[in-house]
Amino acid sequence: MTHDPFPQGTPPHPLGNPVARREGREKVTGAARYAAEHTPPDCAYAWPVPATFARARITGVETSEALALPGVCAVLTHENAPRLDSTDDPTLALLQEDRVPHRGWYVALVVADSLEAARDAASAVRVTYESADHDVRFRAGHPGLYEPESVNGGFPGIRERGNFEAAYAASLIKLDATYSIPPLHNHPMEPHASTAWWDDGHLTVYDSSQGATRVRDDLAALFKIGKGEVTVVSEHVGGGFGSKGTPRPQVVLAAMAALHTGRPVKLALPRGQMAAVVGHRAPTIQRVRIGATTEGVITALAHEIITYTSTVSEFVEQAAVPARVMYAAPHSRTAHRVTALDVPSPSWMRAPGEAPGMYALESAVDELAVLLDIDPVELRVHNEPETEPDSGRPFSSRHLVGCLREGANRFGWLPRDPRPAVRREGDLLVGTGVAASTYPVFLAGSVAEAHADADGGYRIRLNATDIGTGARTVLAQIAAAALGASSEERVQIEIGNSDLPPAMLAGGSAGTGSWGWAVHRACTELAARLRDHTGPLPAEGVTVTADTGQEAAAKSPYARHAFGAQFAEVQVDTVTGEIRVRRLLGMFAAGHILNPRTARSQFIGGMTMGLGMALTESSGLDAAFGDFAERDLASYHVPACADVPAIEAHWLDERDPHLNPMGSKGIGEIGIVGTAAAIGNAVHHATGVRLRDLPLTPDKVLPHL
Amino acid sequence: MKPFGYLRAGSVEEAVRAGADHPGARYLGGGTNLVDLMKLGVEQPPLLIDVGRLPLDRIEERPDGGLRIGALVRNSELAAAAPVRDRYPALSQAVLAGASGQLRNTATTGGNLLQRTRCTYFQDTSKPCNKREPGTGCPAREGAHRDLAVIGHSEHCVATQPSDMAVALAALDATVHLHGPEGEREVPVTEFHRLPGDRPERDTVLRPGELITAIELPPARAAAHSCFRKARDRASFAFALVSVAAVLEVRDGAIQYAALAFGGLAHRPWRARAAEEVLVGAPATQGTFGRAADAELTAARPLPENGFKVPLARNLTVGVLADLAARD
Repeated sequence: MTHDPFPQGTPPHPLGNPVARREGREKVTGAARYAAEHTPPDCAYAWPVPATFARARITGVETSEALALPGVCAVLTHENAPRLDSTDDPTLALLQEDRVPHRGWYVALVVADSLEAARDAASAVRVTYESADHDVRFRAGHPGLYEPESVNGGFPGIRERGNFEAAYAASLIKLDATYSIPPLHNHPMEPHASTAWWDDGHLTVYDSSQGATRVRDDLAALFKIGKGEVTVVSEHVGGGFGSKGTPRPQVVLAAMAALHTGRPVKLALPRGQMAAVVGHRAPTIQRVRIGATTEGVITALAHEIITYTSTVSEFVEQAAVPARVMYAAPHSRTAHRVTALDVPSPSWMRAPGEAPGMYALESAVDELAVLLDIDPVELRVHNEPETEPDSGRPFSSRHLVGCLREGANRFGWLPRDPRPAVRREGDLLVGTGVAASTYPVFLAGSVAEAHADADGGYRIRLNATDIGTGARTVLAQIAAAALGASSEERVQIEIGNSDLPPAMLAGGSAGTGSWGWAVHRACTELAARLRDHTGPLPAEGVTVTADTGQEAAAKSPYARHAFGAQFAEVQVDTVTGEIRVRRLLGMFAAGHILNPRTARSQFIGGMTMGLGMALTESSGLDAAFGDFAERDLASYHVPACADVPAIEAHWLDERDPHLNPMGSKGIGEIGIVGTAAAIGNAVHHATGVRLRDLPLTPDKVLPHL
Repeated sequence: MKPFGYLRAGSVEEAVRAGADHPGARYLGGGTNLVDLMKLGVEQPPLLIDVGRLPLDRIEERPDGGLRIGALVRNSELAAAAPVRDRYPALSQAVLAGASGQLRNTATTGGNLLQRTRCTYFQDTSKPCNKREPGTGCPAREGAHRDLAVIGHSEHCVATQPSDMAVALAALDATVHLHGPEGEREVPVTEFHRLPGDRPERDTVLRPGELITAIELPPARAAAHSCFRKARDRASFAFALVSVAAVLEVRDGAIQYAALAFGGLAHRPWRARAAEEVLVGAPATQGTFGRAADAELTAARPLPENGFKVPLARNLTVGVLADLAARD
C-alpha cells in the first residue's frame, strides 16, 4: 500500500495505545446487563428436558403431572411446539420430531412463573422412548470412517503434493507418531442464555451470542418472518470461544416458548446441559509422518486425521490444514476422515483445526529434532518455506523465524542442554520446550455508519459484538485515528444489536479486522465530507455509511496468516506425576497490534486455554449412556490461577499492507495454538518420556517416571 | 428444585428436635455442597434446618491440651487459626488444599465432614446409583471411575469420600461430637464414615436427627511432626486423586509413633493401621516407608481405570514420611 491509510492522524493517534476497556467499570460493578439479566414485565422462565437415551424415538410425553404443578404455564414438546422452517443448521430443529439423535438432545421445554417452578416441573415430565443400540466409541479403525469432501472452513478434506509415500520411503530419517486429543468443551463463563418476547408480530431477543446478525437471520428463517421483524441484542457477552458463533438451542427455544405462551420467556442453559447442546471440540487421532535428510531438511510430510461428527450434522475439525501452511516439504499429504456417531454435535472451539492440528505437528517436529539432534528452533528455521507450501502463494507477511529468534532470546532458551531427564531439583524434573503457532487471516464484509454531531462528537454504529475482548474500545480507536482525532474519547460506539448495520460475527479472529475496515472507511469518508464542509454542521449532523462487502470478498493473491512461537518451562513431580508449568512465553507476529492492553489479554487467555488442553482439560463419552461424564467446572478442569504462575505475551510489530487499512491480523485464537505442543515438548525434555495423548494428567505420567 | 420448608434454629436443642420431628430434613451450614445437590435434584429435603447462627463457631483450648473446633467454624478460619497451624499443621494444610478461597470462607467444619461423593453417577439423577437410589445398580464400575475407590469398596458402590480435611482429622485421631434426640455422643473420625458394603446410601454412622456440634483434637504429640500432601489434576480447586496425612515421631533413627491416613482411595478417610504397624519401632528409612505403604495397599482392588492410585499412594507415603523424618 503506497498511501498512509490514516492520513488524518496527527501522530501519535490513538491506534496502538493501551486504552482501557470502555465498559470495564460497568462489568466489574455488575451494571453491565447480560442476556439473562433482562427481565421484561410478566417474564416467564423456561427449563429444558434433555433426552436420556443416545439413540431413540420418543413414544410418548406425559405432561399432565408437570402442568398440574403450581406456576407452570406450558410444556412444549415435539407434538405441540411451533413448527419451524428448516435452515442449514439441523441442530436448531428443536422439538420438531420424535427422533433423539444423542443423549442430552432436548425433548421438551417447561415454562413457568419462576425458575424454580420450571426446574421442578421439568423433572415431572415423563418421556417414554423406544431406544436402539448406540455407538459413541470413537476409535482408530472405526468402520464408519469416511473421507469428507470438505472440512470445517470449506477446506478440501485431502490435499496431496508430489508423492509422499515414495519420498517418505526413500528418506534417511523417518518419524511416524500418533497423537490423540479427547473431546474439549468451550465453557464460556456466561452460559448460553436468551430472553425473548413477541410484540405484535415482532420478535425481540436478548441473546448471548457472538453475532446477533446471524442469529436474527436464522430466527427469521426458522419462524418464517422477515428479518425486519426480528431484533437480536447481544450487548455484553461473557465469552463464547466459538460456542456462540451461530444461534444455539436456547435462543430458538426461548422464542418458541414466548410465541407459545404469549409471554416474555427467559432461558439460561444450566452448565450441566451445555456439553450436549452448544457444541464442543471433537476428539482427534492424528498420525504424523515426516521424512527428512540427516541435515534436517523435511522432504516428506503427512498429517492424517480421524475425528467424529454427530448424526445431526457433519462438522469435521480441520486439524490437518495447518500442515498445508507451516513447513516446506516437496512431498506432502494432508487428509481427514470422519465417522458419524450418536454423539452431541461438535462445532467450533477456539482455533478449530489449528489448536489440535498444531499440537500433533509441532510435537512431531520436536520429535524429529530429537532424532536429528538439532535444536528445535533451528530445525524450524531450516524448513521455512518461500511461499505457502500448499498453494504456492506468497505470504503477505510471515515472521515465524523472527518470533522463534526473539522469543528464544526473551525466554532464555539458550544455552540449552538437549539431553532429556538430566535437570533434577529434588523430586522434580525440569525441562523446556518450544512450538510454533499459526492462525489464518479471515475477513468478512461489514457495514458501518459514522456520524458527526453538530457539536463535534462522533457516533459509530454497526453490529459488532463484544464478547469480552474490548471491541468497543478498539473500534473507537480505529474511528478516532481515521477521523484525525487525537483521542477516542469523543467517539461513541453502538454495537451489539441486529437493528444496527450488519457486521461480521466475533469469530474466526476476524472481528476487529472486518469491523475496523468498515469503520475506517466510513470514518475516512466522513472526515473528507467534514473537510469539504463550510460553516457549522446541520443540526442533524452528517452521516456516512460504508459497506466493505466487495473488498472483503475479493480473493487475496497472498497467503495471509499470523505466526508465533511459544516457549514453556515445566516441572514434573516424580513422586506424583503432577506437571506444573513454571513459565510460558508467547512471541507473536500478528500485524499491527491496535491496543496492547486488550491484545495481551487475548494472547495470554489463549495460551492459558492451551495450557488447559495440555495438562488439565479432559472429557470423555460414557460408552453405556452416551453422554459426557465431565459436565461441570468441578470435573472439567479448566486451569485455575494457581496453574498459571508466569505467563508472558510479546509481539513483533509487523507491517503488512495486504490485510486491511489498520494492517491488523486476528489475535483471538493464535494464543491457544502451539501451547500444548510446547508444554508436551518440555515434558519430554524434563523426563525423556514422550507422551502423545492429552491431557498429561498424573495417571498418564506417573507410570513412566 | 423441589419446594422445601426452612427453619432457623435458635438453639442446638431446637435444631435437633426439628430434625427428629421431620424425617428427611437436612441441617444447613455453609450450604456449599447441599444446595448444589438440591439444585441437581439429588437431595430433596422437605425441610432445611438452618443451624448457621448457632453458637458453634469457636475454636477452644481444652484443659488436656487438645482443641475443640465448633462445627460452624468456617474452613478458612480453621486453616488460619494459630493453634491449628502451630500444633496440627496437617489439618491446616489439608483444609487449604481443598476447594477454593470463596468456598472455604463459607463451608463449615461440620459440613465439610458431611460432603457427598463427587462420583458423576451419584450427581446425575437420570442414571442409576445405589448410593442415591438403593438397588438401582452402580454404573461406575464399568463406566467413569478414574477418580473413584481402590480399597474398601463393594460391588454396590465405588464412591470416594471427597473431604481433604477428614483425612487429616483421621490421622490426628480427632473425635466427632454429636447431639441427637437421644442426647450427646462422641465418635472417632475414623469410625464416622462407613464403608459402602451393601448399604452405600449411608455415608456415615449419623443417626436420624443427629447434629455435629464439634470436632475435638487430642493433644498434639510434642515430638511429632505432621503434614498433608495431595496429588491432583490441577493446582487448585480439584479433588484429590490421592492424598496423605501423616504424623511421625522419630527418636534416634527409630520410629516412635506413626499415624497415616489416605484420601481419594476409599468411601471414608482411610486410616492405614497396617502401615502404622510396620512403621512403629522400625528404622525411619525409605525401605521401611515403602514396606509400610505396601502392607496397607496390598488390600487395594483397583478398577481398570484407577490402578494408578496405588503406586501414587505408595509414592506419596514414602515422600511424606521421608520429609517428616528429615525434620528432626
